[in-house]
Amino acid sequence: MKVLVCAKFIPDPNLPMTVDQGSKRLVRDPAQSILDPGDEFGIEAALKLVETHGGEVVSVTMGPDSADAGIRRAMAMGVERSIHITDPALEGSDALTTANVLANVVREEQPDVIICATESTDAYTGMVPGAMAGILDMPQLTFVRSIDVNGSTVKAQRDIENGYQTVTAALPVLITVTASIAEPRYPSFKGMMQAKKKPIDTRDIAAIGLSADAAGEAGARERVTDMRTVEIQKQTRLIEDDGSGDSVDEIVAYLKQVQAI
Amino acid sequence: MADKRVLVWTEVAGDAPHPLSLELLTAARELGTAEAALFCDSPSNCVDTLGQHGASTVHLCNDGVFAGFVAEPHVATLAKLVSENPPDLILFPSTFPARDVMARLAGTLQSGVIANATAVSFDGDSLIATVGYGADNEASVTLDDQPPLLVQVRRKAYAAEEVGGSAEVNEIPAVTPDSGNRVQVVETVQEETEGMNLEDASVIVSGGRGLGKPENFKLVEDLAAQLNAAVGASRAIVDAGWVPYSYQVGQTGKTVKPSVYVAAGISGAIQHVAGMGNSQHVIAINNDPEAPIFEMADLGIVGDALTILPKLTERVQSEK
Repeated sequence: MKVLVCAKFIPDPNLPMTVDQGSKRLVRDPAQSILDPGDEFGIEAALKLVETHGGEVVSVTMGPDSADAGIRRAMAMGVERSIHITDPALEGSDALTTANVLANVVREEQPDVIICATESTDAYTGMVPGAMAGILDMPQLTFVRSIDVNGSTVKAQRDIENGYQTVTAALPVLITVTASIAEPRYPSFKGMMQAKKKPIDTRDIAAIGLSADAAGEAGARERVTDMRTVEIQKQTRLIEDDGSGDSVDEIVAYLKQVQAI
Repeated sequence: MADKRVLVWTEVAGDAPHPLSLELLTAARELGTAEAALFCDSPSNCVDTLGQHGASTVHLCNDGVFAGFVAEPHVATLAKLVSENPPDLILFPSTFPARDVMARLAGTLQSGVIANATAVSFDGDSLIATVGYGADNEASVTLDDQPPLLVQVRRKAYAAEEVGGSAEVNEIPAVTPDSGNRVQVVETVQEETEGMNLEDASVIVSGGRGLGKPENFKLVEDLAAQLNAAVGASRAIVDAGWVPYSYQVGQTGKTVKPSVYVAAGISGAIQHVAGMGNSQHVIAINNDPEAPIFEMADLGIVGDALTILPKLTERVQSEK
């Protein structure tokens, strides 16, 4: 079985997000960027599938050269080889372009299963996986919390608004996973050493058959025309609790003030 | 400029149109002629309700294939409907199924998309949507594409309004995807949720990853019980399976505007703040003084939620 996982390199979501007022884009500092934590769940699910059924896990990343750091982390977890689509012309790509780029890689790799996070932890649109499935005319199983492959059929449990749904589909299939799927493994020292030697196949847009006018800013239908800072009027009163729990007095006083007690 | 044809994608919740789709009919009416697409297996009184909320036409596909939600037949049927007579814009609510349908339709039609919009307008023929970026930035985003333009709108961006009226029904047949219906629903399980409805609550107590482990979520529930509050959660612990999705407050969860919001062990990632940023009074308890949640808070306590919550619950109880 061949499993393709999508892996994104994103600004650390635990740090405040900053926007460059000139380019109106999210500031992406490679030194403060990481493999999207959401993608680690997809990688874990992919590794488990291959451990059970045999085969290989391949990752695909679209992002700047610096995204190699994120790819190596995926490899340290156990991904065997990676495809890295990187090209200055891709800067400013929208969700549709990203989906087209990744779909081109899928066509070439012909995986049995494609696994993505339900959404990235920087833009949170969740549009790329479904768009890929539409482009590839492949079944899409989204918000999945368990995967069971049997021969050429996959059975999955997926979250719905007030519960869950069990579905089956024929392979090949595109799956988006939530964090309930499995706890991601921490890369071992051996894994990290091996990752350094694993192959990353770096390609520009020409290599995947995308023209410059269809890529990046030039090809984007979705464009940011203005970016504003929204004033937060809050005057935060910050109190340090010394471990005694004495700050409870302050909270109770505040709750009374706003008539919650 | 009230001259655009705007189609609102609608799912059925129980035996009524999903409330978020009714919100979008308000946006659609502001932009021009509001229409609704309703694909389901038992339309009940939905057409009447959609008409009362301002839909002039309901494109109704009543077919057993829509009994359990699968994206493919929805997209095949919708793609045919909008290819024959493209509306200017299709609005999708912020629900899981709507995201599935919109994303797949975007790939199928090769259309650009805007997700997470909080406002939608037209400047001539140019669509302008407002989208939040992080806790303190918002962007104007345009979509330069052939109609129909595809936009997903966040919860509570518009208020549902009963304006009276009735909708004409355009009955359409279900379209089987070219490759057949490859996804089968085996079982659908509804999970009961306890306690107060988050979206209606005037006080909410929410917990996040900072609580350490699932068992500690009880501390949040205990405080909520004393404050007569609803219980919420961050995406991190919903994804980790501590509590059901129905608890989730945030961009991909519920949008709430309570009088008081208590965030315990929540760092305040953009995902979460997008769902609670309009709360009137915010109390945050977190042991990291740099946590972004403190920017949103009126009262911030830098400390251990596991120590503070039980004491607070006890004090609130004794104050009553």
